[in-house]
Amino acid sequence: MIELVLADRCTDCDTCVQVCPTNVFDAQPGGPPVIARQEDCQTCFLCELYCQSDALYVAPNCDEPVAVDAEAIVASGLLGQFRRDSGWHEWAGQSPNLHWRMGELFARGRKPVAAPTP
Amino acid sequence: MTLTLETDVLVIGGGLAGCWAAIAAAEAGAEVILADKGYCGTSGVTATAGPNHWWVPPDPEKRAQAVRERNARALGLADPRWMARIIDTTWRTLPTLAAYYEHSITAGGVPHYQSLRGPEYLRALRRYAEARGVRILDHSPALELLLHADGSAAGARGVRRQEGPPAGRDWTVRAAGVIVATGGCAFLAKLLGSRNNTGDGHLMAAEAGARLSGMEFSTYHTVAERHSTQTRSASYAFADYFDAAGREIDTGGDPDVTLPLARALLAGPVYATLARMPVDLRAILPQIQPAILLPFQRQGIDPFTQRFTITLQGEGTVRGTGGLRLADEDCQTDVPGLYAAGDAATRELIAGAISGGGAQNSAWAVSSGTWAGQAVARLAHDRGRRAETPVEAAGGAGLRPRGTPATADLSRLLTDGVRAEMLPYDKILFRRGPVLARSLATLDGLWRDARDHLAPGADATARVRAREAAALVACARWSTATALARPETRGLHRREDVATTDPALAHRLSSGGLDEVWVAADITVPAITAPAAAPATQVA
Ligand SMILES: Cc1cc2nc3c(=O)[nH]c(=O)nc-3n(C[C@H](O)[C@H](O)[C@H](O)COP(=O)(O)OP(=O)(O)OC[C@H]3O[C@@H](n4cnc5c(N)ncnc54)[C@H](O)[C@@H]3O)c2cc1C
Ligand code: SF4
Ligand code: SF4
Repeated sequence: MIELVLADRCTDCDTCVQVCPTNVFDAQPGGPPVIARQEDCQTCFLCELYCQSDALYVAPNCDEPVAVDAEAIVASGLLGQFRRDSGWHEWAGQSPNLHWRMGELFARGRKPVAAPTP
Repeated sequence: MTLTLETDVLVIGGGLAGCWAAIAAAEAGAEVILADKGYCGTSGVTATAGPNHWWVPPDPEKRAQAVRERNARALGLADPRWMARIIDTTWRTLPTLAAYYEHSITAGGVPHYQSLRGPEYLRALRRYAEARGVRILDHSPALELLLHADGSAAGARGVRRQEGPPAGRDWTVRAAGVIVATGGCAFLAKLLGSRNNTGDGHLMAAEAGARLSGMEFSTYHTVAERHSTQTRSASYAFADYFDAAGREIDTGGDPDVTLPLARALLAGPVYATLARMPVDLRAILPQIQPAILLPFQRQGIDPFTQRFTITLQGEGTVRGTGGLRLADEDCQTDVPGLYAAGDAATRELIAGAISGGGAQNSAWAVSSGTWAGQAVARLAHDRGRRAETPVEAAGGAGLRPRGTPATADLSRLLTDGVRAEMLPYDKILFRRGPVLARSLATLDGLWRDARDHLAPGADATARVRAREAAALVACARWSTATALARPETRGLHRREDVATTDPALAHRLSSGGLDEVWVAADITVPAITAPAAAPATQVA
């Protein structure tokens, strides 16, 4: 679930308020949005994808809130990973969309089915 | 103050099906309003995933073979003509997105249209719809339908939850016809992208008199890392599974691992590793599905060398097949002027008794949306908007309680009650007659509470939650009653107490009703009268 809005990175653009499909954030006059309805978060990471300042952190646990260490997360370099891998915004062209190869995962992963015993 | 609008076509839901419906209606010259509960572009189960569409070139022999093969697996409930139709419509329609989606160019210089990455796909659909003049209302869940005196659909009413006072700003849209594209009902499982898919459209339509079909086929499950929403099965093709003692779980070589894993999960924790994924694929996985590794990285787990705990997330009707029953080839429901598209509609006609996930469901969302959009545009043209006539609001539970409004958080009690009946593996995947009967009695009790005491809350969120709770209870009842009325095992519907398939039950079951839920055999297939399409001119 969404755990962090990093005030020092946030530019107050309110994009996350607009794009979060479950209306988790509330915009605040003259400040970063607040996480107002964390329990509605569907852990889809899409707010991170749209936040060009990498100011949001979604913890992977979708069942309950977890304690997070903001400093450690900033230091880890994990912020912005989704945008980088998706090739969005300034990463355009640097990480081509290879989704068309999804079928290969299914095809190469399938275990050979054992021949039926007579 | 209420936002009051009138238009030709109202689309409720802005996921895959709703977007394609809005685009088709606008292309046909209609004025269109699309209202989504969340944000059209990130909302819905496609936006978080990346669907592969059923994609067969216009070679008559290839198409006939594709239909034959898939129909043979549909266990008697699909219709080959409907299957052929969606292959054709998808083939013609999907490439029209090209101006808004950067298609990969594969071998031979051919753009790859068939499978698209979710966030980019839905962003493209939003831009396409806007470019065609569709007016999008984000964060504007519909709460109930409006009906003409003759019972036909006249529009809908909802709330703009980011506007106005704490209770939100009401909206009312009058239209010549309404398309319900609210997705499947996932019973608030932690299925990726499904938080908004609470069956609201099913309830609204049923209140207007629509019937449902195939609600027993609501048992699809997908494996994911425990506590994670990443229900993306492609990488798990490489998974090996182990129990707590480290013994490998035999999944029988079948790509559908649900039953062996569910049995193992009922006995204790289950572990997986993706060690069999070749290094070349590991390297590009973030470019295929950028979100799938995030939960692992954030927990310091290397899924390729380590074992991690897994779960199975329920999907309800999302990658099941049940939904609103269709009365004609345009996807009109049993209510005149009310249409259903995508996962909100039954997909039995194109997928039968097994899941349509993986190819059919997306092709269905594109096609059913397109047909419904074109049909309502025609309706608006032929009959007009009828926007001046008096209408009645059709909503009940969660809007207008018949008795004293509850003071406690009844929405929460109801949703917890539904989850307790619809999510445990032993109740859903290993169904038994007596257990289903007990579930149904419990759910009937929840419905009476909802009908008599569930009142809209004071703020916008509580108003939406009350309707979601009512919808979840209603969908759970249709699903459970239909499962009880099918004493056999067929595809997704598995009865532990009747393991055989009964040839006498090779027909669809329709259901409906609010105070009294009913189930009935349904042997009709909506006829297709449209002339066979001319050969596609689209590139091969
Ligand atoms: C992880 C995953 C992967 C999948 N992959 C594939 C695949 O590869 N191939 C395939 O064929 N199928 C796939 N599917 C199946 C998928 O369900 C369909 O292909 C498709 O998403 C259905 O689109 P839809 O528009 O009907 O529903 P959704 O995309 O779920 O959209 C429903 C929309 O309705 C809105 N809504 C709900 N209630 C209201 C309300 N009261 N008022 C207004 N709006 C409302 C929601 O906010 C949402 O935007 C996948 C499903 C999942 C979960
Ligand atoms: S999108 Fe990012 S920068 Fe914009 S308001 Fe949200 S957190 Fe701040
Ligand atoms: S993860 Fe998804 S649901 Fe949660 S806050 Fe971000 S956008 Fe909203």
